[in-house]
Amino acid sequence: MELELRGITKRYGLLAANDGISLSVAPGQVHALLGENGAGKTTLMNVLYGLTQPDEGEILIDGKPAKFGSPRDAIAAGIGMVHQHFMLVPVFTVADNVTLGIESGDFSRGGLGGSSPRGIRSWAGLLDRRKTRRDVADLSHRYGLDVNPDALVEELPVGIQQRVEIVKALVRQAKVLILDEPTAVLTPAETEELFRIIRRLKDGGTSVIFISHKLKEVQAIADTITVLRRGQVVGQRTPPVTEDDLAALMVGRNVQLRVSKRPAQPGEVVLDVADLTVADSGGFPVNGLSFQVRAGEILGVAGVQGNGQTELCEALMGLRPTAGGSVTVNGRDLTRASPRTRLRAGVAYVPEDRREDGLVGAFSVAENLILDMYDRPPFASGVNLSLPAIRANATARIAEFDIRTGSPATPAGALSGGNQQKVILAREVGREHKVLIASQPTRGLDVGSIEFVHRRIIEQRDHGVAVVIVSSELDEIYALADRIAVMYEGKITGFRPPDVPAAELGRLMAGGADSTGVPGATVDAAGVTRVDDVAPPAAQEEA
Amino acid sequence: MTTPPPAPPSPEPGPSATPPPAGETEPRAERERSFGEHLRDAVQDSSVTVTVLALIAAAVIGGLLAAFTNNAVLHAWSDFFSAPGNAVAKAWAAAAGTYVALFEGSVFNPHTVAALFQQSSLSTAVHDGFLSAVFNPLSETAVQATPLILAGLAVALPYQAGLFNIGGQSQFIGGAIMAAWLGYAVNLPFFVHVVVCVLGGFVGGAALGWLAGEIKARTGAHEVIVTIMLNYVMQYFLAYLLSSQSLLQAPGGSNSITRAIASDAHLPLLAGTHLRINAGFLIALACAFGVWWLLNRTTTGFEFRSVGANAKASRVAGMNVERNWALVMLIGGGLAGLAASTVILGTDFTLNPQSYGTYGIDAITVALLGLGRPGGVVAAGLLFGALHAGSPGMQTATGTPVQIVQVIQALIVLFVAAPPLVRATFRLRAARARGVSTNMSKGWNA
Repeated sequence: MELELRGITKRYGLLAANDGISLSVAPGQVHALLGENGAGKTTLMNVLYGLTQPDEGEILIDGKPAKFGSPRDAIAAGIGMVHQHFMLVPVFTVADNVTLGIESGDFSRGGLGGSSPRGIRSWAGLLDRRKTRRDVADLSHRYGLDVNPDALVEELPVGIQQRVEIVKALVRQAKVLILDEPTAVLTPAETEELFRIIRRLKDGGTSVIFISHKLKEVQAIADTITVLRRGQVVGQRTPPVTEDDLAALMVGRNVQLRVSKRPAQPGEVVLDVADLTVADSGGFPVNGLSFQVRAGEILGVAGVQGNGQTELCEALMGLRPTAGGSVTVNGRDLTRASPRTRLRAGVAYVPEDRREDGLVGAFSVAENLILDMYDRPPFASGVNLSLPAIRANATARIAEFDIRTGSPATPAGALSGGNQQKVILAREVGREHKVLIASQPTRGLDVGSIEFVHRRIIEQRDHGVAVVIVSSELDEIYALADRIAVMYEGKITGFRPPDVPAAELGRLMAGGADSTGVPGATVDAAGVTRVDDVAPPAAQEEA
Repeated sequence: MTTPPPAPPSPEPGPSATPPPAGETEPRAERERSFGEHLRDAVQDSSVTVTVLALIAAAVIGGLLAAFTNNAVLHAWSDFFSAPGNAVAKAWAAAAGTYVALFEGSVFNPHTVAALFQQSSLSTAVHDGFLSAVFNPLSETAVQATPLILAGLAVALPYQAGLFNIGGQSQFIGGAIMAAWLGYAVNLPFFVHVVVCVLGGFVGGAALGWLAGEIKARTGAHEVIVTIMLNYVMQYFLAYLLSSQSLLQAPGGSNSITRAIASDAHLPLLAGTHLRINAGFLIALACAFGVWWLLNRTTTGFEFRSVGANAKASRVAGMNVERNWALVMLIGGGLAGLAASTVILGTDFTLNPQSYGTYGIDAITVALLGLGRPGGVVAAGLLFGALHAGSPGMQTATGTPVQIVQVIQALIVLFVAAPPLVRATFRLRAARARGVSTNMSKGWNA
């Protein structure tokens, strides 16, 4: 199926989210849509999927104009979409989730490639569960999806849930599959798995529209790359193409992919973590882990997500009880201290999940900028809040951190991800602090914001703050760390200097074992393999 | 019925249901906003608009109900084909009469003014209570509104901290027991006595509220379940206390009622002996202001709101979420206890097993209609107080059953709780998606 968009324009008020966008997707092609947050990628896909109607322009399928009034029309025309946030019922099985919405058999007439003429509903109007399970198993086998039809969705890792969404689209006979930021939630290993699946889909004749703002991924998978900026197509490229070229197209200026920094000048040990252990019902997510961070150095904690990084950060902040070991900041034992005591002791914290843990979305930007200082002078005297001081602080921070907000009174939840992160960063480094712990500090941010955040973190280091960066993006670790610690199953498998080859880090991330095993090995129980494929050879390139 | 005022086109793209591209917002020049802009925002603020429209819708349906529950009207319908105009006219008269009577009973009755001017001199008019009669409807509205406002605050304040306090009833009973017991069993000088009784009511309610909050804080039990169960506990505990003369029952009778409280403990009347309006109304207004101040101007209120809006982020920011739950329920319970104080010390002067009435439930409707904000709670309390104050006169004047008032109340809340219903009725454009909307009708775990 050949899909073409012609002159699609979609306006919200005066702002054109899409401004005369034209592109075409050939059968069996992976077409990447690249752009910063807010460039109009998602709006364009919503138009294509029938979720919103374009003001101008038309959609052509095999040369014939098509009109999608709702997703139902788009699905009937063979378009499938995997949203950034999955549309799955967690307590249902995979097979039930796949059935959901087509119980009445509308879309499965003809079944899979004509193999099953009946709908999913059997003759008595009952759900034909056996058939669904067989369909799921068939598809799973054909495309190497490795999805068990009987598994409960809530028990599946994110990467597998995404594949369930893909199966859903395939059961509905999608010929064009839209993947909206599919890798945002995936670990490097899972990403590699996804790419393998995309290649197989492609070989089967399915076209894939791959929406992303990650240059490296787009290069790895796309046949054609269309770059959007401010609602317009600013360029089309066919790989191979340099990252610098793409980045320049995306942001309209040349960005440094690597923030330049001077060599670290470590001072005294500020943060001392000794033998830290965290227990939960399933075992020890952090298991006897020790490290030290000196003033003026950045320790990068690398590792595949889910190896205890989240628990480590929460334990460091007192948000999770420790089962053993100690945490010392500047010689002061904080092992049993409350979160507030730790904040007061000079620990700044940028949490992994900024919407859940970092901000109160309903609160204004000004209020969020004092979220952990509201009860201290100058923002409070006694129990009274000092509104002028809060306003003045907001104005100053907004200017200093270039936070793009309508006004200090705008709810923080309405800001873009990058600006939300700036709010958190501005708040945390605005306090008296000696340690900065930042978990996944640039996840989901666009290139410009990443550069900004990285610059600020390095600035903190240069001011003599002891910095811990926890990130599952090796690029980020390479860009920031003065020393790299690799975490695997709650332990640190090794410390390395920042010029260590990516392959070695990959080995450490897989538990220190040599992982050059079976090629094409899939994700094992621990969710770790082939990490080294994804790891960038950046260290050598840009040294 | 009017359609809502058309919204002027906004100069910038409003956030709509489909997310427009984020991150491109240009920083706007800050300046003082004019009154007109504030007004426009208030009209566009869907929650306020929806509330006003809900009132109108409920009033219309209430009028229809009043018309069609009226005997004279029903008889007229049976003659519809011989005299169709008669039936419609009677229906209109019944509906209009109902609202006129409600108004006369709760705000202002022209007949009382006429009577006032028929008196020979002003001094006799005042002496015989004719002047008071003019203000009696307003006084009654204030008296009825007092406990509703306080109990409404008892729901609205914890709501701001993310807790749904269904325990107004148990906290009311706790406060009532303390206020009544201190009122008849203790001997204190005039002013001190009433202050002690009022504070006693606060303490009684606060104890029950704190209990619910502390149980949630320690065990994670859902506050809705805990407070509902405490309602039963207190309801039967009160019945037990009033069943034995060694406990609270008044001696020399078998009625489940306490002795009358000492006159020292009565809340002072504000406008002479002919009107029931008393200091309780001032307490209610002061508390509403106090809650507003607490929420918006203090660090404690900042914590309450933060915990209510995002408990996880509050914890990360160093707040003690559990302590806030217990504290906000303590204050909320205390406000319900104050509501009991104003009833026991202001109008009832004894305690019986029916004293708590439906205040616990009405409190939820008042808070709901008031959108969980202190100012809104005062307005909603006054409205419901007026409906209560006007309903007896309404029944006398038009034969409309008092229950109609309760139906209207329920309809208002139904419309407020279901904004889509109002939007569909009035063809309102979809609400502008805000960062967060105050939606009292959210689910338990939302």
